[in-house]
Amino acid sequence: MDPVSTASPVTVDPTLAPDEITFLSKPWVTIVWNDPVNLMSYVTFVFTKYFGYEKAKAEKLMLEVHNDGKSVVSNGTREEMERDVQAMHEYGLWATLEKS
Amino acid sequence: MSGFERHTTTGHVIANFSGFEADLLRSLASQLVELLRNEAAVPRDDLDPFEALMDFSGPTNEPEDPVLQRLFPTAYQDDEQAAAEFRRFTEGTLRDGKSRSAEAIIDALEEAGLPPELTEDGLVIDVELTAAQGESWLRSFTDVRLALATRLGVEEGDEEYWYHLPDDDPRGQAHEIYEWVGYLQETLVDALTS
Repeated sequence: MDPVSTASPVTVDPTLAPDEITFLSKPWVTIVWNDPVNLMSYVTFVFTKYFGYEKAKAEKLMLEVHNDGKSVVSNGTREEMERDVQAMHEYGLWATLEKS
Repeated sequence: MSGFERHTTTGHVIANFSGFEADLLRSLASQLVELLRNEAAVPRDDLDPFEALMDFSGPTNEPEDPVLQRLFPTAYQDDEQAAAEFRRFTEGTLRDGKSRSAEAIIDALEEAGLPPELTEDGLVIDVELTAAQGESWLRSFTDVRLALATRLGVEEGDEEYWYHLPDDDPRGQAHEIYEWVGYLQETLVDALTS
């Protein structure tokens, strides 16, 4: 899977700052929650395999899940996040989506 | 039993199981299939306590069944309608995928020589999996562990509790199997990423 999602062409309000533009085009997030079952090595494996993240980034996200109870693992359109959440459920991770 | 290793020339992952281990793995995978496929399954009350714990193929027509709740979590926490829609469109696909993965474990073990009924001692089942098959096994191991952990009530950092249960406590035995599948999964992740 391509880890870099390309924004579809949209008309951008010229008064918006770059952060706000990103926020508007990718307003949804996928959150993975901690559970007492999944192995740290497996969670890292899933993040590298499915999202195509480098091992260091996958481990950082895994540790956030483990230590903070949850982590935002991807962002994008609602449809994209529904696909990610479904994939996480396929791997047995506890994932939800919400508007960021 | 040494878990999974990567075969240096083929890049496949390999493991050898005793007949007992292969039979146990098949039984766990079969229960997963039953849980996922049989909506109308009802709890059995004719089992001994250990068998009852190991039998997570409970009723599935109850939306509050904790194992199914964990296997198919609610995707939207604050929007019931969106959550229901998501479930309607994804749960069937997820159920099929999870059952197919568990069935693939059963098939691979039987193709590797596990007989329908385990009768002889000293049987060794050699399993060789491609990376894709290995990943499918990983997902099934997760599902089996989630099911067992949910039935047992496993919590973060509770290892001591399980180790100090009396030897004859069926929950201790079930927890050992849960840990064994965890060990297999850990070695399989290592083998696939080494």
